Amino acid sequence: MTILVDKNTRLAVQGITGKEGSFHARQCREYGTNIVAGITPGKGGAVHEGTPIFNTVEEAVEKEGVNASVIFVPPPFAADAILEAVAAGVDLVICITEGIPTIDMVRVMSVIARSRSRLIGPNCPGIISPGKCKIGIMPGSIFREGSVGVVSRSGTLTYEAVHQLSERNIGQSTCIGIGGDPVIGTNFIDALALFNQDPETEAIVMVGEIGGTAEEEASRFIKENVKKPVVGFIAGRTAPPGRRMGHAGAIISGGKGTAEEKIETMRKYGIHVVLSPAEIGEAMAKLI
Amino acid sequence: MKIHEYQAKQVLSQFGVPIPRGELASNPYEVYDIASRLGGSVVVKAQIHAGGRGKGGGVKVASTPAEAEEIAAAMFGMTLVTHQTGPEGRTVRRVLIEEALPIKKEYYLGIVVDRGTQKPVIMVSPSGGMDIEKVAAETPHLIFKEFVDPGVPLQSYVLRKLAFKLGLTGELLGPTTKTIAALYRAFEAVDASLVEINPFLLTETQKVYALDAKMNFDDNALYRHKDLLSLRDFHEEDPLEIEASRYGLSYIRLDGNIGCMVNGAGLAMATMDIIKLTGGNPANFLDVGGGATVEQVRNAFKIILGDQNVNAVLINIFGGIMRCDIVASGVVEAAKSIGVNIPVVVRLEGTNVEKGQEILQNSGLKFTVADGMKDAAEKVVALAK
Repeated sequence: MTILVDKNTRLAVQGITGKEGSFHARQCREYGTNIVAGITPGKGGAVHEGTPIFNTVEEAVEKEGVNASVIFVPPPFAADAILEAVAAGVDLVICITEGIPTIDMVRVMSVIARSRSRLIGPNCPGIISPGKCKIGIMPGSIFREGSVGVVSRSGTLTYEAVHQLSERNIGQSTCIGIGGDPVIGTNFIDALALFNQDPETEAIVMVGEIGGTAEEEASRFIKENVKKPVVGFIAGRTAPPGRRMGHAGAIISGGKGTAEEKIETMRKYGIHVVLSPAEIGEAMAKLI
Repeated sequence: MKIHEYQAKQVLSQFGVPIPRGELASNPYEVYDIASRLGGSVVVKAQIHAGGRGKGGGVKVASTPAEAEEIAAAMFGMTLVTHQTGPEGRTVRRVLIEEALPIKKEYYLGIVVDRGTQKPVIMVSPSGGMDIEKVAAETPHLIFKEFVDPGVPLQSYVLRKLAFKLGLTGELLGPTTKTIAALYRAFEAVDASLVEINPFLLTETQKVYALDAKMNFDDNALYRHKDLLSLRDFHEEDPLEIEASRYGLSYIRLDGNIGCMVNGAGLAMATMDIIKLTGGNPANFLDVGGGATVEQVRNAFKIILGDQNVNAVLINIFGGIMRCDIVASGVVEAAKSIGVNIPVVVRLEGTNVEKGQEILQNSGLKFTVADGMKDAAEKVVALAK
């Protein structure tokens, strides 16, 4: 079993006719993801590389039974795209787009809180259940089927962690990139709760970074609820305060969000934190 | 994006935040005239992008125009060091001259987006005038917060609640709630990531003012605020960081000697961390972006080598979907066209990694190929010594 996505996922790609959307939709399809619709307003009725195009998400839900959507539209239009998918009743919305204004996401999240949709991202690599379904921009070839759940705020650092696991023949149940923005849909605790309930996830890798207090809150949740072993890493121990380290969310401000603080809290609550990013795979190998 | 106090005050006053009378001066001669026009005592305030100016000698009161000119003359060109500038400090190029107001009490007003609740939060405190981080750490019960539902206009009762928490009632209730409302309107309208009035001043004459103001903007939202771009002060930024931002590279200069070129922000931070852990010192944070094209690699090389402290470079690219042979060719091409003559350690991962390493080794350039992050860090730290 896996969390959130599997062979029953019927995916729509919002922005499928754009350069990014088109490229990654192809990659996802080649991986085995069931892409049933593309959305490009004004191009409804066309067929793009074998995928029927619709003007609206609502239409794609009606005609193709879409239950998940991935968004590749530029930042000024991304909040609108998310809300359209939510309004159409799509269960799982994954937003890859980087650079969405924070206040737009604040408004989006206040709508999502009252809906039955789940959002992953924005500014994230997406989600993959190896061997079953890949929704996002991650390289499918580095993943292996298995029983370790991975949740991370970063893209390429997730690949690094997964690479180290796969190299040691440790497969993954599902990997979720929750995104590097300050306001995101699915957070660490949501992902951890899902992994905790999933009978085939035996252990979890949690990759955090400086900024905010999400890792601290997740650590308390782990202590109280999660019985599975967790390996953790926090990026940004050498980051200077007050500077945004690439990700909009990766900033130490008001003395909050330092790596040291996070690492200390995570360790206090029983998470196996490694200080070197090269030791994530090794630490997991020792635990399982 | 950060702006100066005088700019923040201009923006906020357009939304109705009361500010003291004042003018900006860029040389001591203007100061005399401005102080004469304002009349009475004035405050001379150095304009740099950092807090803690008062303690560093960047805020001074003058009782005559001549004294104001004298103070300003000493301030222009001085390097102001505060707890927020770092040891190198900032050069003072402009000063704000404002009327000196009779202070009765100082408060704090601030708005940010709270990441936990995913809502804007308005914070107020009767302990104004001091570092709010210190108030939060030592007397957190003196900070009052109201979270704003983004789907509903800001309600008056919320404003009143905040004013009462500050003890500002009676004839002061109206001006206080109006100021907080104006501050929130500004926060939303210009996509600020932070607005702060510290201190929010109550005068002996029972009037309220934003005595100081700080505004930061959400970089992701600047595309819809073209008018704000003119407020950017390039003097306040590192020249290499400015150049990097022109190329769309995310670059932050640090004080080490090992240049880093990495794709992805998380991996870039992790690369800095492992260099430090191995006993080295990173010279920068640099994210070439997920794709890592030849053009971006070339630009990144230029930026990294522009830092005179750099004596070795670590390139850590997790190719992912992009094939390693293409990344390797890009690195070789960029290095050749720029003429890199310091050791470069390259760690590539992803599809066609062997082919990529072969290209690097046969390039005739001084590349050291590494296998994995640990190996890469050890090699570059050894070469940088």
